[in-house]
Amino acid sequence: MIEKIRIGCGAGFSGDRLDPAVILVEQGELDYLVLECLAERTIALAQKRKLQNPQAGYDPLLERRVELLLEPLLRKKVKLITNMGAANPLAAADKIIEIAKQKKLHVKVAAVIGDDVLTSIDQTAHALETSQPLVTHGALISANAYMGVEGILEALQTNADIIITGRVADPSLFLAPMMHAFGWTEQSYDLLGKGTVLGHLLECAGQLTGGYYADPGKKNVPDMAHLGHPFVDVLADGSGMLGKIKGTGGMINLDTVKEQLLYEVVNPHAYYTPDVIADFTTVKLIQHAKDQVRVSGGTGYSKPDTLKVSVGYQAGYLGEGEITYAGTNAVGRATLAGEIVKERLRSVLPDVRVDLIGQNSVHGNAFHRSEPYEVRLRVAVKTSDANHAALVGEEVEALYTNGPGGGGGVRKYIHEMVGIVSTLIDRKLVKPQIIVKTS
Amino acid sequence: MKLYNIAHSRAGDKGNTLTLSLIPYKESDYAWLCEKVTAEKVKAHLQEIVKGKVVRYELPNIASLLFVCQQALSTGVTTSWVMDAHGKTLSYALLEMEI
Repeated sequence: MIEKIRIGCGAGFSGDRLDPAVILVEQGELDYLVLECLAERTIALAQKRKLQNPQAGYDPLLERRVELLLEPLLRKKVKLITNMGAANPLAAADKIIEIAKQKKLHVKVAAVIGDDVLTSIDQTAHALETSQPLVTHGALISANAYMGVEGILEALQTNADIIITGRVADPSLFLAPMMHAFGWTEQSYDLLGKGTVLGHLLECAGQLTGGYYADPGKKNVPDMAHLGHPFVDVLADGSGMLGKIKGTGGMINLDTVKEQLLYEVVNPHAYYTPDVIADFTTVKLIQHAKDQVRVSGGTGYSKPDTLKVSVGYQAGYLGEGEITYAGTNAVGRATLAGEIVKERLRSVLPDVRVDLIGQNSVHGNAFHRSEPYEVRLRVAVKTSDANHAALVGEEVEALYTNGPGGGGGVRKYIHEMVGIVSTLIDRKLVKPQIIVKTS
Repeated sequence: MKLYNIAHSRAGDKGNTLTLSLIPYKESDYAWLCEKVTAEKVKAHLQEIVKGKVVRYELPNIASLLFVCQQALSTGVTTSWVMDAHGKTLSYALLEMEI
């Protein structure tokens, strides 16, 4: 009977730092490493890459992360569980096998598939966010169901070294190895609730150890350039001890843990995952020692009958242009510049957003204080026409010679937008499957 | 006094919904925060940003409040045209509140 497992989280989003995971594997005495790299929009973008190339569509940093981690993972006997498969877990598994062969390493990889429900979804079903039929939002690109632990549990039974998934609920990446190690059943709701709390705390990696937290003078965090990512020692009763590697930067205390416990939670009494409905209000936290917080409590209820499906659609283009003004009356000149661009675009693009970065671009004018010394004008439009999106940057650039005095540093951007809406699907229609490959 | 002096906050996003935790540095300030920082007050404070309703959850176990703010992110992160599409900076807008 296993008494304790240690799970580390070495990445909390697709673009996360590479080195913390290596440190966790080399020095962390881990049983499992989780890399959580998939946001809602990421999978839709990955789906677009897969449409252009059937061997693409996995996480863009997969190769670099695996190059760094593969040898230490095998040497230290740490199992990797990651959703870096994105829209194409099978191609990701092939790539890992290819890297292992180059390194002359023997590895067993299990790909978990079955989350792609684009062909089986009812496109006339209403989106949860807008109550409009899915198809009315734009051409659909992707539809991925949030799967739970089932596929990962099956993969764990094959004794694979690496388990690579597509869309799986983030906490399930952590809950599956706990269920596997301790023999928790699908009906042990309180244990699944506790495990989900721990998974939720870890899934954003550095956000538990002082990242997205520090505020110098008020909330000081040491050595953030070398922020250590967290691990948790999970006991069979579902309680856990959060920790980090000695010598790494960052910190874990009650405040960092509280902030992360409530992060992106829309109802702390009922946190829905495919595995359980967890209650976060019963969680108890105790600072055990420096950089160690004990997590207990947490409860759960029977899992929902439906799974959430994240649906990606083509949402047109975002066009942006920026220019900076500085010195006396910088705000006056930037404001005039914004009016000029608006007037120039009015016949084609009547709806234009104008921000003064440094003055009102993120919190509006409600808390505005003194005038800044320098200010950056930003003009933005949303449009279905790429050429119209480009007009914004062109008009901002033309301010150099046609606009107010002293405007500099123009940047212009066109960004193809992929929108995301959600719907629900009967969970019986989503069947996880695993495919095992070896080098 | 600003909320900033006695509490901290983290912003999160789910679609067009913004979540803001509010955590006193001293757990003994929790009851006072519950009394002073109501959902109505947060809604009024963030009226330029939050277009929908604000729901407050109390978590006495961890001496923290959670505000769930609907229609706050200009249609949501994927199709937003604002600078901070996630609303990550908005925790500090909450902390500007005078109490």
